[in-house]
Parts: sequence; structure tokens; C-alpha cells
Amino acid sequence: MPVNSRNILKKITDANLVGRGGASYPVAQKWAAVKSALATRKIAYIVVNGAEGEPGVKKDGYLIKNFPQEVINGVYLAEEFLNPAKVHKIYFFLNREYFRAYGPGLKKVLTLPKYKKLGEKMEFIVKPEILTYISGEESALLNLIEGRKVEPRLKPPYPTEHGLHGHPTLINNTETFYNVSLVARGKFKNERWYTINGSVKHRGVYSLPADLSIAEVLHRTNNYPSYSFFVQVGGEAAGEVLNSKQLDQPVSGAGSIMVYDERSTKKDRLFKYWLNFYHEQSCGNCTACREGTYRLFELFNHPEPDHKLFNELLDNLADSSFCALGSDAPKPFKSYLKNILKK
Amino acid sequence: MKLRINNKLVTAEPGQTILDVARANGFKIPTLCDHPDLTVKANCRVCVVELKGRTRLVTACSTKVQEGIEILTTSARVKKSRNLNIELLFAEHVRKCPDCTYRYDCELLRLAGEYGLNVSRFPERKKNRKTYKFANAVEIDGSQCIDCKNCIEACHELQHIDYLKMEGSGVNQEVVPVIDKKTACIYCGQCALHCPVAAAQEQYAWTDVEKALADKNQIVVAQFAPSIRVSIGEEFDLPYGQNYEGKCYSALRKLGFKYVFDVNFGADITTMVEAEELLARLNDKKAIFPMTTSCCPAWVAYAEFYHPELLPHLTTARSPHIHSAGAIKTYWAQKKGINPKKITVVSIVPCTAKKYEAARPELSYKGKPLVDHVLTTREFAFLIKKHQIDFKNLPEGKGENLFNPGSGAAAIYGASGGVMESALRTANALICARSKKPTCENRLEFKEVRGLAGFKEATINLDGKKIRVGVVNGIGHISKVLPRLKKYHYIEVMACPGGCLGGGGQPIPTTRAIREKRLAGLYAIDKSRTLRRAHENKAMVDYYDWAKKNGLTKKLLETKYKKTSSSILKIVRPSQGAIFRFLPTGR
Repeated sequence: MPVNSRNILKKITDANLVGRGGASYPVAQKWAAVKSALATRKIAYIVVNGAEGEPGVKKDGYLIKNFPQEVINGVYLAEEFLNPAKVHKIYFFLNREYFRAYGPGLKKVLTLPKYKKLGEKMEFIVKPEILTYISGEESALLNLIEGRKVEPRLKPPYPTEHGLHGHPTLINNTETFYNVSLVARGKFKNERWYTINGSVKHRGVYSLPADLSIAEVLHRTNNYPSYSFFVQVGGEAAGEVLNSKQLDQPVSGAGSIMVYDERSTKKDRLFKYWLNFYHEQSCGNCTACREGTYRLFELFNHPEPDHKLFNELLDNLADSSFCALGSDAPKPFKSYLKNILKK
Repeated sequence: MKLRINNKLVTAEPGQTILDVARANGFKIPTLCDHPDLTVKANCRVCVVELKGRTRLVTACSTKVQEGIEILTTSARVKKSRNLNIELLFAEHVRKCPDCTYRYDCELLRLAGEYGLNVSRFPERKKNRKTYKFANAVEIDGSQCIDCKNCIEACHELQHIDYLKMEGSGVNQEVVPVIDKKTACIYCGQCALHCPVAAAQEQYAWTDVEKALADKNQIVVAQFAPSIRVSIGEEFDLPYGQNYEGKCYSALRKLGFKYVFDVNFGADITTMVEAEELLARLNDKKAIFPMTTSCCPAWVAYAEFYHPELLPHLTTARSPHIHSAGAIKTYWAQKKGINPKKITVVSIVPCTAKKYEAARPELSYKGKPLVDHVLTTREFAFLIKKHQIDFKNLPEGKGENLFNPGSGAAAIYGASGGVMESALRTANALICARSKKPTCENRLEFKEVRGLAGFKEATINLDGKKIRVGVVNGIGHISKVLPRLKKYHYIEVMACPGGCLGGGGQPIPTTRAIREKRLAGLYAIDKSRTLRRAHENKAMVDYYDWAKKNGLTKKLLETKYKKTSSSILKIVRPSQGAIFRFLPTGR
């Protein structure tokens, strides 16, 4: 049966497709929300998020390089579903390196007769050098495209109803569009793309069943270490740190596994990396994150750090940050302290 | 709908926020970045509350209530987070309390005191921030900024000027002026009015005024603007919208001012000059229309930069406090036998742009500015508090004998539409007096131009001649009017929402609800006066005739404008000296 805009939503629903940007939001719900908002509105936008904000995740680049047509076809299906007459523009968000290396491949796909009209609407947005993390947050990305300060917007209203320039906007990750294309062709096998980094022999991006445990992913890719190790799952910044006995759970977030050699990984260096990352990446919008990440950094570098205050700042980040960048920031520290240091 | 706050069952309306409902039911939730004039931004994180079922705390200002929710506003978790966020904000704000006019009202100090916070755990991190000074009117001191962005939003959302922006990110971000050829500050001070911590504020004149008062060789006189009397009470927890002009006289005398005048007298002069000019233009086939008001100096600054082609439209009448200062330094000084060179005039105004206006070279007399110093309502209140004057219990004082407190028409100058109505009252009466027709409709009140709508318009019958008038209430509304300007004969523009009663120098907070109360106060004063038209003010007419007879029209009654290519900006780097530290002890 050919795919049309009516049955694509059912297919996505049946395939239980979830967003692959990290939040795992059901794709069908998002698409339906934009579509229903469009019933009374005239203009919609589509945004393809392919700039990999979370350090350690490399699958967006992998997909754009190897399957540009699949990704573009997913966007095409989204446009068909929403109503091409109403889709005003499509923005493809890429980091500089991907744009340079894989932009030509994407543009070539857009010259195919099927995607020509879509190509005319598509504009590539190259990620700025600063704020590389928060600019991947969907509402901050909308601000970036609009030329406003890169920081998250207050929700609700959600971008599905009130997105770019106030119009309904569909924002999905590259992998999500890729998956939609597979679903439409009946090729989707409930797999996801895992990025494996760190002290392993076979670093890379792998497509494996979405419900595998962390241990299974490491085994299947011949990456299960023979030495004492721990992992950080779901990103090298916001990811949770787990010890080798905690690997019987699926991979969370944007699907990355960072393997650390426990013998050579020093706590201070890790903490410093995270603290540096967070206080440099904080957009500055809210007190808990702007001030909190900076004061954590400052405290940690103090000759006699106040550990109680350090913990208070972490709790405050989790409890009162404006967006997920801030509220997820304590995760690596807290999970490291709990799962590795106290092991 | 029903919900629970701290286990107490309360009722709420859909669409209300947790903050609305909590406050309506007597639960205190602190806020800093929240301002009813602006879109909710929820960035200070001081109003966090616990919402049952949510893993994280939520901000009360931005979270809408729902049926059956349970909210905790004082749980240990809430207190911990709220207090730490206040502490973090406090560490951004370099304390300059001894000289800060906001120190008696400072919310940061109050909260730190109320919650018993230790505000020295984090070192001050903004000591090296610059101060941006906008002419001599307003400044933004980066070392005191808590990054709430209210100033940027006031300039953007309310005023549509967009002179301020946030540059940089994270802890390095900074509120900076936009420096380009298309943007200029109009000195309205709405940034200052919406700043919760006085990082944006007026440039002080109170230190100069104290010096002048201490100088035995100067005769220092004060004059206060129409809207001060209905807003000053707020600074002393007195009821909103009441007329405290008697206490203003007394307070100023107590502060050491030798003579105290009412700017309302000057407002009557403005009305007289402006109404005559309107009538003259209506009789002149070649005259330029619409004529616009010019007593709002921020509007003048706007026109001079953004629309210099409109300058011939502006009435040549001076603004009220410049008029009365002119009368004081010439007519009154002569009658009193005082050397005008010895007189120092201090205007107490609801405005920051008046500081800029007073320094304009064309508004000087014999080489000295007509108005020597300009204080805002906030600076005035600060001086009263600083000198421990018990404002509430002051006797009702009176103004200088030779002048009077003006007509009812002058009182309403403080409200959007008030200048228009005053001019129409006088123009209407004068045109009828000069009419040869058997009947002439002579109206007193022009209610069509009153109120807080963004733009108000009406068609007015002046002895058979239909003139169209429009009132722009807040410079943010002017762009809608500019394209159809030609349809009107007379336009009033006030840069601040509500007019002067919502001016950039008024007490904080100023919100729509508060503007309404001040507005009602001004119209009540008008109603209470027997004299309600400017030209019926005999003392004013005497002065007006005197000025004309002595050939002082150009020197005392009229002014001129000129195109500007930028606003005035001065960037001050922090001095190397020690910064005074001041730790709150609570109130």
C-alpha cells in the first residue's frame, strides 16, 4: 500500500516510534499536535535537528553521511502529512563540520525530482561556535533561527502550536526522520543508533535493537572491556554514570555509551570536564543554572571546597532550573558519587 | 476550580497562575523578575513552589493552576531552593547600599533579611562590570544587575524602542545598549521602573541638591509636578491615588527648600501657549497638521531621532516645569526683589527624561539652566526617608503666594489624554469667546481622550469646525498612528504608559492597576477644583501677558527642536577603589 498522509500517522503510531533527540517523546503525538494546530492556521514550519548537542553522540552525522536520502524522505513525508501548501519553510540544523562534509550529499538528494520542491523550501542552519549544547534544545533552536538570544522558551505554549515566528512547528531529530522513512517503507525493525566511545576497541555508530541492555550492546559490538570499567550512558555531559554491575538496563537519552577505564580515570578530571562544560554552555537565562554551574565550578577549584554547598547547588540545579540542561546537569556528578565512588 | 495550597482548600479561576491564587489567598511567595506589565519570563527562580506529582519544583509565576492540584509554598525543599537562588542573585549584585535610593525598598535586602540568609558564601562576581549612562537621565550599572531582563523587555515589549539587549551568554552575559544608526535611547526610564534591584535607575541629582541646600549663597526652591502628589504616598504605605500635595509642600520645606511651587502653574502656561498655537494653526491655511504636544521630553527625543520630519508638527510651547521655572527666575524674582542668579530651581518630577530636558541649552536663561536640578519621585521619597521626615504625619503645607496651584486642567497633565483635554478646554472656550455665531458649544470635559487605552481618538466640534484628535498612550503605540497621522489635527504623545503617572521616575512598583489608581486620583483633583480651565487662572494670565508685553515670548514661552543622529551614551568603567560592602541585617 502506498504511503499517504492519512496512513503515515497510523504507521508511526503502530511502530511506537519515539523521538531520538534524547527525550523519547512519542513521534505520532507530536505530529498529530502540529497537524491539529494547523487545522485553523495557515503556516507551518519543519525543523530537522541534526547538530548533535550532547557530547559523545555521533549518530546524526553518521545518518546524514550514509543515509541522506532516507533522512530527506522522512522530512518529505512530514511535509506531505502536514500539507505542503502550508509548510512555509524547512530548516535543517547542522554543525559546521557536518555541513561542510555532508551538506553536498544532502543537497544532491534534494535535486531528485521527488524532493525538488522540498529542496526549494529547505535552508541549512549552521550551528554557532558557542552554546553548542543549548542550541539543540528545540525552543532555543527556534530562537536561534529567529535571530534571537539562544535560550529556551517558556513552555507551554509548545512549538507544535506556537513555534517559529509563532506558527505551528514540527521539530524532530535526524534519526526520527530517518525512522519515519523506514516505517513508511515497512523496513523499520525497532532498532536505534548507538554511539560507542571511550576506552574500547571498536568505537563507532551501530544500529541494534532498541531494547538491548547496555551490556548486550557492548558485547554485540565486541566492546565489552576485560578490565575494570564504568560507563556514562546517554551523553558525555548529561549521561548517567553506571558501574559494570548496573548494565542490565536499556540505553537512555540520545543512545551513547562512553566507556571509562576505571584504573586511569581520575574523579577530579572528570568533574572538571563536566563543570567546565556546564558553566560554559549555560545560556544564562535562569539563576539556578547560570549562577549554579558557575559557582560549582568556582567551588570545585577552591583549595578547600565547601562540599555541603556543592551538594546544595547540585540539588538546586535539579529542582529549580528553567530547562533540562540545568536540571540534568547534576546527573553525572550524583551518579558518579553514588555508583562509582561509593561502590 | 478547587485546589490546595499548604493543605488549605482554596478556589481559583482557570487561567490563573499559582502566584495569582496564592497571593489572592494570603500566601506570600517572593518574586523578583515577575512584573505584571511584562510577559512572564520565570528566570529568577525565586517563586519556586512544590507541586504534588511533579518531580521538580515549578515557578509559581509561570504555572497555571489546575483542578485538584496540591501546592506547597513553604516546604523545606522550597525554602532550600528559593533561599539559594536569592543568595546566588545577591552575589551578582555588588552592594552599593549606602548611596542607593532604593535601599529602603530593596526587595533583595528585604528577602535576605526576612529569610535570614547568609549572603557572603559566594564572592561578588560583577565588580568589574561597566555602567552605561544614557545622557544624564538613566543608567544601567552592570555590577548590580541580576540578569532578569526586565529592562530589556520594558524597552522592547512596552516601548518598542529596543535599545537594550543581552550580549554574551552564561555568567558573561551583560545588558548592553544597542549601538547602531537606527536605534537610540529616548531616556524614558521604563527600564529603571521595571528593574527589581535598581541596577537600571535614574542618574542621581539628589547629591547635587543636598549640596545646593547646604550652600548659604543659594536660594534653593522646589517645584513638584502634577502627578507626584498622587504617587508619593505609595512610598510611605499610604493609600493609592490620594492627593498628598499639602504634605509635599511641607516635606520640601523640611528638606530645606526656601520656597516651594506647584508645577501645575506651569502646566497652565503650557496649556495657554499650546491652545493659542492650535487656534492659530486652525486659522492658517498653510499650517502644518497635526500639531502634536511636546511636553513629554522622551517623545521629543524620539521625534528628534526617529522622525525629525515631524519636528515642525510639535507645538513650540515649553513643558510645564520649564515654564514655571522661567516664571520663577524672572517674574517672581523681580516681584520678590531677588537676584535670579542666586536662585536654584529643583524640579521634582515623575520622569527621568526631564533630567535630559532641563540640560538642553535652549532652555537656559542668562547662561544658566532654567531648571538647575531634576529629582525623580523616587529620589524625592529617598530624601524624605534619609532625613527621617515622618511624611505620614506632616501638616498640610501651602505653596508660594504669588503663584497658585493651577487649575483642574493642570492637575490632569499627569494622565495620558490630560494635556489634550486641557488644551481643548481652553481652545474651546477661547474660540467660543471670539465667535460671532449665536451659539457655540463650550465643553468642559473631554472624556473620549481619557483612560489607559493605547490609542484614543475623537472628533471635536470647535465652533462648527470639526477637528480630529488622537492620544498616543505610550511610545510603543506610536507606530500604528504614524502612517495615518495626516487624518488628525492634534495629537498628544506621552512616551510612558499612562502618561507621567506611569513615568520612569515613579515609585516602584508601577503596574496597570496602580496606574489606574493614580489616574483616578488626578481626575478627582480636577473635579474638586472650582477653577478647571487654564486660561481662567488669573495669576497665570498675568504672567503670560507680562512675558508677551516684555518681548520674552521666545525666551520664556517657546522652544525649538532639532534632528539628532544618536542618543548620548557614556560608558563608565569601575574605579579601582574599594567597593563598599554592606550586609543586610533585616528590617
